[in-house]
Amino acid sequence: MPIDRIFKDDANEEKGERARMASFVGAMAISDLVKSTLGPKGMDKILQSTGRGHSVTVTNDGATILKSLHIDNPAAKVLVDISKVQDDEVGDGTTSVVVLAGELLREAEKLVASKIHPMTIIAGYRMAAECARNALLKRVIDNKDNAEKFRQDLLKIAMTTLCSKILSQDKEHFAEMAVDAVFRLKGSTNLEAIQIIKKPGGSLKDSFLDEGFILDKKIGIGQPKRIENAKILVANTAMDTDKVKIYGARVRVDSMTKVAEIEGAEKEKMKDKVKKIIAHGINCFVNRQLIYNFPEELFADAGILAIEHADFEGIERLGLVTGGEIASTFDNPESVKLGHCKLIEEIMIGEDKLIHFSGCEMGQACSIVLRGASHHVLDEAERSLHDALCVLSQTVNDSRVLLGGGWPEMVMAKEVDELARKTAGKKSHAIEAFSRALVAIPTTIADNAGLDSAELVAQLRAEHHAEGCNAGIDVISGSVGDMEERGIYEAFKVKQAVLLSATEASEMILRVDEIITCAPRRREDRM
Amino acid sequence: MALAFDEFGRPFIILREQDQKTRLRGIDAQKANIAAGKAVARILRSSLGPKGMDKMLQGPDGDITITNDGATILEQMDVDNQIAKLMVELSRSQDYEIGDGTTGVVVLAGALLEQAERQLDRGIHPIRIAEGYEMASRVAVEHLERIAQKFEFDVNNFEPLVKTCTTTLSSKIVNRCKRSLAEIAVKAVLAVADLERRDVNLDLIKVEGKVGGKLEDTELIYGILVDKDMSHPQMPKHIEDAHIAILTCPFEPPKPKTKHKVDIDTVEKFQTLRKQEQQYFDEMVQKCKDVGATLVICQWGFDDEANHLLMHRNLPAVRWVGGVELELIAIATGGRIVPRFQELTPEKLGKAGVVREKSFGTTKERMLYIEHCANSKAVTIFIRGGNKMMIEETKRSIHDALCVARNLIRNKSIVYGGGSAEIACSLAVDAAADKYPGVEQYAIRAFAEALDSVPMALAENSGLQPIETLSAVKSQQIKENIPFYGIDCNDMGTNDMRKQDVFETLIGKQQQILLATQVVKMILKIDDVISNSEY
Repeated sequence: MPIDRIFKDDANEEKGERARMASFVGAMAISDLVKSTLGPKGMDKILQSTGRGHSVTVTNDGATILKSLHIDNPAAKVLVDISKVQDDEVGDGTTSVVVLAGELLREAEKLVASKIHPMTIIAGYRMAAECARNALLKRVIDNKDNAEKFRQDLLKIAMTTLCSKILSQDKEHFAEMAVDAVFRLKGSTNLEAIQIIKKPGGSLKDSFLDEGFILDKKIGIGQPKRIENAKILVANTAMDTDKVKIYGARVRVDSMTKVAEIEGAEKEKMKDKVKKIIAHGINCFVNRQLIYNFPEELFADAGILAIEHADFEGIERLGLVTGGEIASTFDNPESVKLGHCKLIEEIMIGEDKLIHFSGCEMGQACSIVLRGASHHVLDEAERSLHDALCVLSQTVNDSRVLLGGGWPEMVMAKEVDELARKTAGKKSHAIEAFSRALVAIPTTIADNAGLDSAELVAQLRAEHHAEGCNAGIDVISGSVGDMEERGIYEAFKVKQAVLLSATEASEMILRVDEIITCAPRRREDRM
Repeated sequence: MALAFDEFGRPFIILREQDQKTRLRGIDAQKANIAAGKAVARILRSSLGPKGMDKMLQGPDGDITITNDGATILEQMDVDNQIAKLMVELSRSQDYEIGDGTTGVVVLAGALLEQAERQLDRGIHPIRIAEGYEMASRVAVEHLERIAQKFEFDVNNFEPLVKTCTTTLSSKIVNRCKRSLAEIAVKAVLAVADLERRDVNLDLIKVEGKVGGKLEDTELIYGILVDKDMSHPQMPKHIEDAHIAILTCPFEPPKPKTKHKVDIDTVEKFQTLRKQEQQYFDEMVQKCKDVGATLVICQWGFDDEANHLLMHRNLPAVRWVGGVELELIAIATGGRIVPRFQELTPEKLGKAGVVREKSFGTTKERMLYIEHCANSKAVTIFIRGGNKMMIEETKRSIHDALCVARNLIRNKSIVYGGGSAEIACSLAVDAAADKYPGVEQYAIRAFAEALDSVPMALAENSGLQPIETLSAVKSQQIKENIPFYGIDCNDMGTNDMRKQDVFETLIGKQQQILLATQVVKMILKIDDVISNSEY
């Protein structure tokens, strides 16, 4: 009697060719999905959520698109995952990595169909990836020692990154902004210190970088609206009712008068606290938690600006900017480090009032105020700017840069092609396929721009035959041009991450010869 | 219907049949069980060896695992069949005992079952087959001992160890940088090994992973890595020569275990309570400061006030550190875990050369490195990789490599891999078979044939002609009387496994044969399967 089932009822198993087919198809579908967003003339996608309100996102960012997809195909999930990691690690190239992995698998499928074992393909891909990386390393430009030139490099990288996004109209403006912001971080990669405030209204051009710090809060009523030479105490303490923290304590009284007495004592306690805070000799007090009306009034009486409910990051940033220490106890005013800034004032952006700190001691944090026509535009602008900031902050640490516009891919493809010619054995087919997959990226860029990709790529290949050529696709003029002249630069770190994780992912998918899907866990229907 | 009669001739039912139960008896039961066992082995067969393929497993919640580790595949497969579950257990016990060879053991068991089926068809009683297998396995294990080689290494010359780990890693997806990973694994094991007692406590090696970077960035840290950051953003990120207080009490007012209430009914009481509270915090921090601690690591949370006081008195602190990590930190730094502030003394502090915080990538993720500890007997392997699945798979591979290194330290005997040991055993068992006069002879021969299936699978997976290759290697072994010829999986051009540096531990191999035989015996002895027909 044959045993037909060793798995649970709903589980299912796909073997050999079928499994490989399933993963190839899934991966290619994902790659084709995001393919059209690649490059400066890439198109956007509208994502509608299934949640309440059916909120709509318009984006061109690969990671954002893939993150919001509900995917059932296991291989496709691998691609989504690499795109997510690319976003976390370097911030840009999230589309390229998926497209490259998809192309690698497309080529692999052809090779498998012509009876080459997946392991051989993997071996070839590995050699090719190593060779491609070395080719890039040979051609990197490093301007770390020359500060002026390095800044120019960063500007160009920012512009290249931004030109594929919604901000492309004002890319100079935004690139300038992003570079300034990143230079303020002084080499740290903590992008939390750059605050992005979105205010609908105005146009994208009205966005600006503020060297000070902007807190999206209102100033309490009856308190000064403008303070010069501010001494700021940044705090994280309860300013509502300061409850007794000893466990199990509770108030039990037997008469109304006693209630009043206790209440009085509580008030006294709060008053003491406020007094202590005032004793620091400050004129501005920022708290992370709520400030009740009573202490707020006390602050107003003392002529102190009190800001409540600044969120956690806000507090941390403020600490960074003003150099103050985040305090929770107030018993020794002499040793608490206060923050300083030249001027605190309330400013208006659009219709909202914000608090602006300027002339801060330590300029490690800054704010970028984005203006735009609608929420969708602002969200997309934020994502684009975030990409640019990520890339820039990574480039500050690893200052190697490359030319853009399909140039790196062509350089890699050329070297890999040469390797294929030198390699004996079946592996050389795989290496050749790798080079074809690399060329697919400039092809896609050209296709998306509505250009004749076959013509352009062939021309590009011919130009690249010469040693030390700087040719790439200039999408704006629709021709092959010198990338160095046009100022199209990309960060080496991004390209390397794209290359390595795409190879890794395709290798992973190629190695699979069986897919076992477990029975889905049964959920209680909560509807 | 299983009916029995008591002494008065009244029938009573032992087993209710028909609707509720299905029942398989005799040869049918054995055949069905064998088929199930074979089905499991068939799934794993293609994952064997350096050119083995991976399996993609989609869990019940849609999460994806890609692996070629036998134990993991079976664990995640969620099988329903009882016999298949036995095979899963088999692989798991190999994993617990040895840590490596989890695929091989299942493939071997599958082959043994397949051979047993053939013997059943011949009409040999299952018990006789089981007995024959038992004898054969004894012969094979003894033969393994005979062909085993002593393996020399010491702390300064760990090259041979690295080579063994490289063999283990070469079958995994990480084989791109198997060399560096093997070195990391060996160094980690040597760092925690007690060479006098020949013992390695793998609990002292922590394997941490973080998505991002590339595999080459994987590093060995002589110390502990904690996935936490300082409790206050403005505390120093780098502490030299740290004296660490390891606490399991929160920086909060104490909570007596007994239920109690503090009633406040007068203003005085309210005020004393308030003072008391402030004092608590002050005392807590002061106590840590008094014993000379420069870093506090706490299992619990901090109150905001305490947090600021710590920061204010320049005492960096880490909160919400897990129990296991806390223990590791205590071991590494030579400190004691202190459950109460009152018991804090300078001797109980742990010491570490450097404690530093490091941030990763574009997201705000930080980790705490505790290095140059007083007692360096705890290390961390920190894995970086392109994506989550890659990291998980690397973790499993590193675990295998660690186990192999540990086994070698425990027992220095090795056998050569690439199927050479199996072929040698198969020859020995085949030769021994002729000496047994009974029916068992056939079973023993079958065992020898089953052993051949491992090199056969290796050859198949490497894209070689299985039968041709196997017979060539076999004849070579007999002709030259050297048991070190195996399958040339990596296409290196030689069959001599000594030259290829492919070897496995003796205990691992012996365990494989013994475990597989045991399980097969168990399956063969079942002659009645009763199950609820609903399933």
